[in-house]
Amino acid sequence: MTALRERWHSASSAFGRRVDELPKSARITGLLAFIAFLYVLPNKWFYEYLNIPGLWIPLYTTRNDMAAVLFYCAWIVLLSLGLNVVVGYAGLLDLGFFGFFAVGAYTVALLTSPESKLITEYNWLESPWPWLVTVPIAIALALLSGVLLGAPTLRLRGDYLAIVTLGFAEMIRIVAKNQDWILNGDRGIPQVGHPPGKYPDGTAIFQFEFKPYYWLLLTVIIGAVFLIRNLANSRVGRAWVAIREDEDAAELMGVPTFRFKLWAFAIGAAVGGLSGTLWAGQANFVNSSTFSLENSILVLAAVLLGGAGSIGGAILGGFLVIYIPEWLRSVGDVFGLPETATVFGNDFDVSPTSLRYFIFGILLIIVMIFRPQGLWPNRRRAAELQDRQKEVAVVE
Amino acid sequence: MGSERDVTSERDMAIDARTTVGSPAETSSTPDEAVSEPAAPVDGRKPLLEVDHVTLRFGGVVALNDVNFTLYEGEILGLIGPNGAGKTTCFNAMTGVYTPTTGQIRFRGEKVSGRKRFQITKLGIARTFQNIRLFPEMTALENVQVGADANHKTSVPSALLRLPRHWREERQGKAKARELLDFVGIEGRSGDLARNLSYGDQRRLEIARALATDPTLLCLDEPAAGFNPAEKVALLQLIRKIRDSGVTVLLIEHDMRLVMGVVDRLVVLEFGQKIAEGSPAEVRDDPKVIAAYLGGVEDAA
Repeated sequence: MTALRERWHSASSAFGRRVDELPKSARITGLLAFIAFLYVLPNKWFYEYLNIPGLWIPLYTTRNDMAAVLFYCAWIVLLSLGLNVVVGYAGLLDLGFFGFFAVGAYTVALLTSPESKLITEYNWLESPWPWLVTVPIAIALALLSGVLLGAPTLRLRGDYLAIVTLGFAEMIRIVAKNQDWILNGDRGIPQVGHPPGKYPDGTAIFQFEFKPYYWLLLTVIIGAVFLIRNLANSRVGRAWVAIREDEDAAELMGVPTFRFKLWAFAIGAAVGGLSGTLWAGQANFVNSSTFSLENSILVLAAVLLGGAGSIGGAILGGFLVIYIPEWLRSVGDVFGLPETATVFGNDFDVSPTSLRYFIFGILLIIVMIFRPQGLWPNRRRAAELQDRQKEVAVVE
Repeated sequence: MGSERDVTSERDMAIDARTTVGSPAETSSTPDEAVSEPAAPVDGRKPLLEVDHVTLRFGGVVALNDVNFTLYEGEILGLIGPNGAGKTTCFNAMTGVYTPTTGQIRFRGEKVSGRKRFQITKLGIARTFQNIRLFPEMTALENVQVGADANHKTSVPSALLRLPRHWREERQGKAKARELLDFVGIEGRSGDLARNLSYGDQRRLEIARALATDPTLLCLDEPAAGFNPAEKVALLQLIRKIRDSGVTVLLIEHDMRLVMGVVDRLVVLEFGQKIAEGSPAEVRDDPKVIAAYLGGVEDAA
């Protein structure tokens, strides 16, 4: 077991070194090729012929449209990028990330839907607003709610903060479920506006097809990665690392710790809100069922699986937590695995389709045992985690 | 730490003090006068930090009891006392970690207590820690850059959009960090993680990080703890160099020899109370100080 782990460690670090040693031009070319690959990926003619040479395992999903799966992957990737700023960079455990997502989604829904009560009952708006106009408003509101929630609660540390944020997300969900005055309770808000854009022949690009939304999300993700990298490699990123490593020392060295923690929280909230606007634009319908605690946990799992504090890790984690269950759903068809097994005369459903979350959970546990720092961690974060484990070991 | 060795060296110092004549007193005021007039300028120097009748209680424990002394611009003041005398507590009160129960701490006439800790740093008080508290997974250069950032204004908007201010401050911060690493003598290790530096280099890095905040007053909390004699000599030179660059230094130290060699004046604390103040020679001869360090006066005699 340990030998296996060692070998995996040396192999992965050797790969990282080799990538680092490549000239900059080669790295950029590789990155551009990968981005181009991602843009082409949702096309059926492309992904159907992708396979691992020598052993034919389809990497695409058959039970669910590949473009739809990729859209959901991209959606979680964007959310994990946002949560990574909060959890990975600033080291704040936020369990209520979907609260901000809800703020973004509901803002867009209320302002763009002709069925919105703002129009039908209260006549505050004359007609629905275009989707694009509502996006900055939604982001601003999510950011504001991040600041409002953060201002009193960021004085708490660790588990206490996690509990408060958890409570916040549940509050938003329950209010959305029961509030009838504007949010229309569990009936939700239908006919949410779509992003603008028309094909040359006059049909709208953004309807119910997943592909254009995936491309839009991918573009947004690339922009977000660029901006978050800027932050990480600046005074702000340095301050976050300092806060994470020794909050008191950071404050005594002149880092306004509270302000920077609040910023991290607000940036995470804004990205969550942005993700909400895109999701609402695609889903066309918003109600409280999307904002469940499971989804908040899923995004946190994505960040930790990928490796906290690393942008690549957040992307990888976000992709895997959606993709693996979806892929497991169709893998039974490919290999012709039995659907049921008979044990002592009782039939049990053993198809990977039904067991996909069970298998996924086991995979998660295995990863966390062998790679607690995540699959693609930030070097610094991984070292901090190791330091902390050593401290615990000393106490024992 | 070898407390036994410390005690013997302190005893040597005390014996030295009684057998040799100390250097001429630099201040004319006796300890008693200093208590009554804390803000009076000595040798025409301006007071920088005034600890004005500060009492600090933690529940029933009185950590500092009516402590009263003044730090003048450009001097090196030593704050000494036996273990548990309240030296670090006094330090923490100055840097805003604790707020005095009664009394005031003024820095250039401005009240320190009640301000946020990072604001006190911006006022010009920087410190190091008794137990080293660097950012272990950052490089030496980055550690000092965090200190330099104290006076920077780049925040999220300018960092996000890479505005000119971000580039300018980043460049300045890096240059200053390099300069300071050179100043404390560890320029060769700027790219190494702080945790991988040797103990002595870590202490030096802490000083560089504190100096990066552009302090007028640098507070060193037992900088020589765990040093061998050669390292102590090098540290002494560094402290003098810092003073000569225009920074006032407050030094907490156990090692009496180090303190005597470098400080201009001394304040002695025992059980949270100031028992003596004056030049090293005066303090060395003070029976109360000898008693505090060596046990009762009667025993020593």
